[in-house]
Amino acid sequence: MAEGRALASGMAEGVLLVLREPLSFWGGMDPVTGEVVDAHHPQRGEVLSGRVVAMPSGRGSSSASSVLAEAIRTGTAPAALVLGEPDPIVALGSVVASELYGSACPVVVLDDAAYDLLRTGDRLRVTADEHGARVDMLA
Amino acid sequence: MDVRLDDRDRELLDGAHGEAGSLAMRILVRMARAQGAAGLRDVTRAHIDGCLYHGRAGLDFARRMVDGGGRVAVPTTLNVASLDLLHPERYRGDPETARHARSLMDAYVELGCRPTWTCAPYQLPEARPALGEHVAWAESNAIVFANSVLGARTDRYGDFLDICAAITGRVPEAGLHLDEHRRGEIMFRVEGIGSGLLGDPVLYPLVGHVVGRASGSRVPVLVGLPGDASEDDLKALGAAAASSGSVALFHAVGLTPEAPTLDEALGGRPPLREETIGPERLRAAREELTTSRGERLTGVSLGTPHFSVEEFRGLLEALEGGRIHPDVECYVSTGRDVLAEVESRGWLAPIEAAGVRIVTDTCTYVTPIMPPGGVVMTNSGKWAYYAPGNLGIATVFGSLEECVRSALAGRVTVDEELWRG
Repeated sequence: MAEGRALASGMAEGVLLVLREPLSFWGGMDPVTGEVVDAHHPQRGEVLSGRVVAMPSGRGSSSASSVLAEAIRTGTAPAALVLGEPDPIVALGSVVASELYGSACPVVVLDDAAYDLLRTGDRLRVTADEHGARVDMLA
Repeated sequence: MDVRLDDRDRELLDGAHGEAGSLAMRILVRMARAQGAAGLRDVTRAHIDGCLYHGRAGLDFARRMVDGGGRVAVPTTLNVASLDLLHPERYRGDPETARHARSLMDAYVELGCRPTWTCAPYQLPEARPALGEHVAWAESNAIVFANSVLGARTDRYGDFLDICAAITGRVPEAGLHLDEHRRGEIMFRVEGIGSGLLGDPVLYPLVGHVVGRASGSRVPVLVGLPGDASEDDLKALGAAAASSGSVALFHAVGLTPEAPTLDEALGGRPPLREETIGPERLRAAREELTTSRGERLTGVSLGTPHFSVEEFRGLLEALEGGRIHPDVECYVSTGRDVLAEVESRGWLAPIEAAGVRIVTDTCTYVTPIMPPGGVVMTNSGKWAYYAPGNLGIATVFGSLEECVRSALAGRVTVDEELWRG
């Protein structure tokens, strides 16, 4: 469906949730429940666990890496992250979790045209390694 | 094309300097690749955010570094942690979390970091980087301050990468270390603001909130701020912009070192977009940062980012010898070094006698100190932004004078005159 850039490696499948605004995992997601808790976010209350989560960019705090790594450790993290702009802080949380626990949450960046085609509810497979990234629609 | 490494980088990667160095370099190389960096570059200092406890993953990582023989290679300061070591009775969280949080703090000190425990390392004279100096700072308000107000160069580092940089003295040659990413992109004209708001420090967190929302991760350029804006004003602006958006660098023409003129701030190119910030947008920002209506007040929180010596002077003046209302918990978060200076000036005793509670080493919005369910007033855009989600506390945003007047009165007290202009 679309080729992108890999920020963190891994492969995952899941149902897509497109976040309309950027979310900082720190202060924005509860790592115990996987729920969006940012009071200013229009999708507060959505649960990110196990979903492929798309957001236009990362946002805010540099503690976001820790919260994502912790969520990956406890199993409440998104299955994969698809970004509209590269965000090193988000990618780092996934890279560290794979070093510590061997479990990865692929993080990929799509260009605007491909990102704009993403729709909540689509079932996707995200594949990312050193050579590149792919996002495929599953039937 | 893969990331260019020098001989020492390769030695680190191959484990010649121990397992911690190898892990740090492995992560740096992966991040450099993710950022499309050509290579790595030296940094002279680091500031670590990873000492704040968010769960086992952070502790597992720090312990892995300690067990792998890790030691910082450059002078390194520590950000706020989850505990106030000088006032441990303030902590209302669960004891097991406190134990892990303490282990995390100890691990970073074992790695050779200085136990500064402040989110405002720029308030420590010996930790301030110079114009053009490349550093690896984490903590979003410190990052935006270093880049914007000091003209030092740090990218947006977060937990983990900060200590990898400190251990190796290296960072990806990317992001805000490079000239091409430091040019202003979106222009904001602050205009039409009445003299009341224009002359009050409350202007800056509101402007920051608006700019953060409208800039995302672009570099904003501000025109029209008062020429006498202080470092504390710019601190508040940056912290708010790094909360409502991902701003890691802003230029304020005539105020910040890389913006002597508009043309230089923009790097000789036209802006992508121009916006105006007038009184309506500031009032809207104040509304966004206020989640409680009415007069009910249970607390006041000042010092996010950590209160400076000058801000303590302002607080002492605003208190005017009054006493905090018994139904209100009034907290000021600050660094232990600033607190020592405030104490030596003889200001701490009257402030504490007025009923103000000091928090050091941590901050009231990252750890359970204030009880949930309350209504808390603050002059910090950052605190107001995060408190509802982090703490389950409703917020009222206001100026320092409004906060202090409300704390004394025991109810939200608004200066209508201020908000007219």
